[in-house]
Amino acid sequence: MTDSLLAITVLWGFVFIYAIMATMDFGAGFWSMVYINKEKTRATNIANRYLSPTWEVTNTFIVAIVVAVYSLFPKAAYTLGTVLLIPGSIILLLLAIRSAFLVFSNIVEEYRKPLTYISGITGMLIPGILLSVLPITHGGFVDFNDGKQSLDLVGLFSSPNEYAFFGFALSSTLFLSSLLLADYSNVSNEPKAYRLYRRDAIILGPISLLMAVFIMLTLKQDAHWIYVKMMDDLNLLLLSLFFFLLGGAGLYLPSRKNKEIKGMPRLAIVSITIQYLMASYVYGKAHLPYIVYPEVTITSSFTSPSSFHAIFATYIAAFIILVPGFYFFWRLFMHDKKYLQQKATKK
Amino acid sequence: MDHLVTARSMFGMTMGFHIIFATIGVGLPLMMLLAELLYQRKKDLDYVIMAKRWTKTFGILLGVGIPTGTIAGLQLSLLWPGFMKVIGEVMALPFQIEIYAFFIEALFMSIYVYAAERIPPWARISSLILVAIGALASAILITNVHAFEGTPQGFRMDDGQITDVDPWKAFFNPTFFVSAGHVAMSAYTTGAFVVAAVSAFKMLKQPVGSRIFQFHQKALILSISVGAVFSLLTALNGHESAQKLYEYQPEKLAAAEGLFETQSHAPLAIGGFTDKENREITGAIEIPWALSFLAGNSFDTVVTGLNDFPEEYWPPLYVHTLFNAMVGIGSFLILLSFASLAWKFLLKKERFPKFIMWIFVASGPLAIASIEFGWIFACTGRQPWTIYRQLSTADSVTTSGNLPLLFFSFMIIYIILGVTVALVLIYYFRKNTVLKDLNAAKEKEIPLFGSNS
Repeated sequence: MTDSLLAITVLWGFVFIYAIMATMDFGAGFWSMVYINKEKTRATNIANRYLSPTWEVTNTFIVAIVVAVYSLFPKAAYTLGTVLLIPGSIILLLLAIRSAFLVFSNIVEEYRKPLTYISGITGMLIPGILLSVLPITHGGFVDFNDGKQSLDLVGLFSSPNEYAFFGFALSSTLFLSSLLLADYSNVSNEPKAYRLYRRDAIILGPISLLMAVFIMLTLKQDAHWIYVKMMDDLNLLLLSLFFFLLGGAGLYLPSRKNKEIKGMPRLAIVSITIQYLMASYVYGKAHLPYIVYPEVTITSSFTSPSSFHAIFATYIAAFIILVPGFYFFWRLFMHDKKYLQQKATKK
Repeated sequence: MDHLVTARSMFGMTMGFHIIFATIGVGLPLMMLLAELLYQRKKDLDYVIMAKRWTKTFGILLGVGIPTGTIAGLQLSLLWPGFMKVIGEVMALPFQIEIYAFFIEALFMSIYVYAAERIPPWARISSLILVAIGALASAILITNVHAFEGTPQGFRMDDGQITDVDPWKAFFNPTFFVSAGHVAMSAYTTGAFVVAAVSAFKMLKQPVGSRIFQFHQKALILSISVGAVFSLLTALNGHESAQKLYEYQPEKLAAAEGLFETQSHAPLAIGGFTDKENREITGAIEIPWALSFLAGNSFDTVVTGLNDFPEEYWPPLYVHTLFNAMVGIGSFLILLSFASLAWKFLLKKERFPKFIMWIFVASGPLAIASIEFGWIFACTGRQPWTIYRQLSTADSVTTSGNLPLLFFSFMIIYIILGVTVALVLIYYFRKNTVLKDLNAAKEKEIPLFGSNS
């Protein structure tokens, strides 16, 4: 494996982890808004219990991705920074409002509802615009003129492919987060919330799948090169579809532990994560060697070898230092019955 | 406005807003930690309540500090792609390591706040120590990038081509430690005086000697003591910073001091304005020979004046005023804290006179103003370069348009965030009074930190 391929694999790993964490994060914020008036189901409560300790950690990943891009592929960062000025700024503006109002809504009880609405809605828009970065990297909307690059915003927003990605981001956010919250409610022993989130996941799963098909159909028109390369791995795409079906089965099969509850949410969330992992692997592999098609490739934009080795050494060191921290964190907030099954409503 | 000025204003606005929250975000965890440790020693519940209330403040401020920090980090790539192309290749290490510091801070902040009752006290204090270390490390590492911009090394640039990259040599550039020390010390100073300001203000509103008054008095004494130590350390370190300027960025020192003529026995100019036309400083108090001594520890030290540099290399001359304001406020805070500690502990006076209390109230905003002046001085003083003598600011800026629209969008967002965070703080502490916390602390069954989540 060459250094640049290793680097892009690490970066892809970050992107995937962030994608999963962010869909859950933004989705949980949205569900906590949707169910704010259904106090008895405690669905909002569950969403907040997940969200409160995790949003900062999730947010750090987006900075980690950007830093990884400019440290590993500085010349690609130049192009991306230039063409993403407008969409990037919109993401930042939304993110600022979303994070701040998420914190405020937990502090100011009397205005909790309006504050939750603001953070829930701005939060839902972010994944859509984040995923719009992908059609931009397909190159169709970037003009490379004698060294200068610019983004054709009108072209981008009149392309069905862009809306396919946007819609996929929204439905996936809601799908993955409802699955996670279903599992989280189940572990927390909240059957009413579980039923709600299970129902949402059952509705949103097929919608997400349709959106993915819509992406493929529009890709065929807009970025034929990547469509062809993705189809080379049709087997993996079909395997990914199998995991989708397995995840769906996980929502219908009777629970082994608890007779009263329908579904095995843990099986569902694990299968669906594997489904997304495989599909995004196929997409990422087809995208190579381009970061921004057709001018910027992983080799043309790669950093100097000495910098890469230094950075990679810090990755290894950080991994060793941070993993115990993440484990401790996970045990306290995802696994500890005392935290999950707290009965008193949080102040 | 011209493109470059708009881009600089936009990034300057982001940083100017962010560093308020970032600085307090570094300073407050130290205060929280000291309060927790004082409680372990004195078993005085007031200190736990202090830690708890500061933690709450810290949590609310993070709600703005984290997103504005995210904006700052990403705006670097969006507004300054030419700069980040070089930084990415040569100086990525501090950004990388900073991410790990963010993770440590974020993980253990959540553990400290949301798991406080489920973990033993030693784990709670360890979490807080890790939060403080994470916050400090991120400040130090981002300052390292700033230090590199002034004193770059570890690479060569020929016609825009970067060669011979040595990332660790760039990381340990000559001003890393002194600049990072300056930022860290001044952040602790600022955190302390912000607490002092709030405590003094609350004391002024309470009957003297009441329970609440005593609570705030403890916080005031703690914060002035911390402020005294760190304001002095900031000044000592600042002296070293000036000597580094003399060594590595002489035109920046010359502009800071308004010195045009190269000379030994150079005078230190305090106040006044630099006159670009006549190449002289007017209205300043000049201390003979002092600048030479400060720059090189001897009156014979020859300090290079601006006249010896081509005019296009001059930083804007108003940096002299910024520099004076920063040093002036810093010196005043040293005087204030040591004088009040002497008043309290040497003269054994029970109370501070009312006007001193009002000066304490002003000390917090002044400390923040000093941070702002110092930071603007440090960055405009480096102009016209983003990387000293290697990359100009004009070559760093984005080639994309639409900046004015974005400028106003960000301005509106910062106004909204600034106003809301102030309202949220006022609302929360009005509703959760010290008295309420004091009563809660007495009844042991109610977990004090429970109200944190």
